[in-house]
Amino acid sequence: MIRSMIMENRLLSIKNLYVKVGDKEILKGLNLDINKGEVHVIMGPNGAGKSTLANILMGNPKYEITEGEIEFQGQIINDMKVDERAKLGMFLSFQYPEEIPGITLENFLRSAKMAIEDKPIKVIEFKKTLKEKMKLLEMKEEYAQRYLNEGFSGGEKKKSEILQLLILNPKLAILDETDSGLDVDAVKIVAKGVREHKSEENSIIIITHHNNLLEYLNPDHVHFLVDGRIIKSGDESLIDIVEKEGFEAIKN
Amino acid sequence: MVFMDTNRKTYVEDIERGIYDIKNEFRYSYKVKKGLTEEIVREISEKKNEPKWMTEFRLKSLDIYNKLGLPVWGPNIDDLDIENIVTYVKPNTDMKYSWEDVPEDIKETFTRLGIPEAEHKSLAGVGAQYDSEVVYHNLKDYLSMKGVIYTDMETAVREYEDIIKNHFMTVVPPSDHKFAALHGAVWSGGSFVYIPEGIQVDIPLQSYFRLNAPGAGQFEHTLIIVEKGAFLHFIEGCSAPKYSVNNLHAGCVELIVKEGARLRYSTIENWSKNMYNLNTKRALVEKDGTIEWVSGSFGSKVSMLYPMSILKGEGARAEFTGITFAGNGQYLDTGAKVVHAAPYTTSNINTKSISKDGGVAVYRGALVITENAHHCKSTVSCESLMLDNRSRSDTVPVMDIRNDEVDIGHEAKIGRISDEAIFYLMSRGISEEEARAMIVRGFVEPIAKELPLEYAVEMNNLIKLELEGTIG
Repeated sequence: MIRSMIMENRLLSIKNLYVKVGDKEILKGLNLDINKGEVHVIMGPNGAGKSTLANILMGNPKYEITEGEIEFQGQIINDMKVDERAKLGMFLSFQYPEEIPGITLENFLRSAKMAIEDKPIKVIEFKKTLKEKMKLLEMKEEYAQRYLNEGFSGGEKKKSEILQLLILNPKLAILDETDSGLDVDAVKIVAKGVREHKSEENSIIIITHHNNLLEYLNPDHVHFLVDGRIIKSGDESLIDIVEKEGFEAIKN
Repeated sequence: MVFMDTNRKTYVEDIERGIYDIKNEFRYSYKVKKGLTEEIVREISEKKNEPKWMTEFRLKSLDIYNKLGLPVWGPNIDDLDIENIVTYVKPNTDMKYSWEDVPEDIKETFTRLGIPEAEHKSLAGVGAQYDSEVVYHNLKDYLSMKGVIYTDMETAVREYEDIIKNHFMTVVPPSDHKFAALHGAVWSGGSFVYIPEGIQVDIPLQSYFRLNAPGAGQFEHTLIIVEKGAFLHFIEGCSAPKYSVNNLHAGCVELIVKEGARLRYSTIENWSKNMYNLNTKRALVEKDGTIEWVSGSFGSKVSMLYPMSILKGEGARAEFTGITFAGNGQYLDTGAKVVHAAPYTTSNINTKSISKDGGVAVYRGALVITENAHHCKSTVSCESLMLDNRSRSDTVPVMDIRNDEVDIGHEAKIGRISDEAIFYLMSRGISEEEARAMIVRGFVEPIAKELPLEYAVEMNNLIKLELEGTIG
């Protein structure tokens, strides 16, 4: 009875995951469970495997699972294609979003929305929603007609990622270093966008190595990823310990 | 379901080109024997009832053809044997001024290609050539009242003999290269356009060239004169169904843009993959005149096509926008040439190419700036996208700059679709196939914008067809 309630609430379950890139093993037996509506933070030093985790969750073909399982809504998705994962409700906010010339942000998002929902969408309604979300993120309207991320500044690219998040409304959002390279004002705006997305149904994984974004979002769980494994999990208070004493303090 | 193997193995050797590949039964009222002899050239001229000077022009061209060698650069064309080409095929009809009068099978062909509909909706005049002769020509009355002339070349030789005699193959002389000489000897069909001084033709004229006969050549001649201060947008479309024997297209386009005039010349060549497309196009631009080329090369087995702009008068301008798409078995050697022969002249060349399935797309261009042509400005930008490792792309820009007071920019980029970009798009729910198509469409978008609408749609469809089922 209790177990089935837990299962119903479980969105993502990573079991004993080993992942390599080329010949290099990066994740070495990672375990992580995420329930609906939770915000998880993953911190850790450079090279610990944070971005690898983000990429393997989304299915980047450059990364290879050698052992273990990723379960999303009770289904093992180890071999699932990237677009199929997106359709199930997964989303990755890229650390370095790609620039795609020749397709406008608006047209792209409409195609993506249609692909994910697998039905036509009403143009006028879509335009209205897009305008609202852009306003929330303090993006100039003209960006909708610009080519996807082309010539966007670092901050604009990250806002574009969050805009995509809000339009596509995934169940699981993985934010890979979304706060890096942003000034204070931009961090606030991005945080506002992420808060807008947060709900009882939606879960968020925030990957970061500083707490810029975290000041504005209250994570439910904090995990420390070191050398391909989660070595410690806890609540928000863990962040303060790291802030004051560094990663070494937690290792022990 | 989601584990279903979506790895559909549908690699296609040659795409289904739909309406372009529908062949008509080979009907004709007259054709010459295969090959190229003085007898054949005389026969063509006689059939056309030409004035003596034209017969002599043809024979002189034949003489030049026999003396000139094949180009020693570019794609291999050894496979093209003129002894196997029928240079003149007269369709089963004379030229008509109403579609109703055009024989049913020919009319059907042009209807499938959307010509009568486009004429009705968005064109000021249409010429339609089937094999060696023009079968339909029409111009809206209000334009002929203003003195605009738009007719087939045969009629022009008869009715505007002086103009033709003074201009025919003066911009592209038969001595230019072997296929220009061939054209001079066996040319047939094509359009003559004359826009009087100051006349602005508000909607485009379009000529469409369809080659239906297997093993034949098409050698249409287009001569356009845009007088002082006038404007014209001319659209040229070409296609042919696929045959197992080689076909040859060696057309010639001569454009004369007078002082302060502007001519926009848009082309989509969508030949079948058994076609040698060795076409010559050239514009002569006088003071403050503008030539704008928009050129799409999709079909053919081999293309050698380098539209040239000679900026003869001060302040003359040339714009060239080109897109080339080379698929399996295709070698498309295309580009643009500009000669800045006067001061304060400007040129702007912007080309993109795509190659896939072992196709070869080469940009070959030339920029010449003469000693006296000071204060010239030229920018050249070529971008190539290769869709797989078997395809090839090259850039061969030649520059001959003979004075220092010039401003020249040149940029060439050759790239592939990055895995990261595909991953990014797929992470938003877009399939791999669609992600690729999206990137390719995005790549050509700046060019597509310049094409007439129907052709932009056609290009998008073609990209879709070419990319379908190639993943895996």
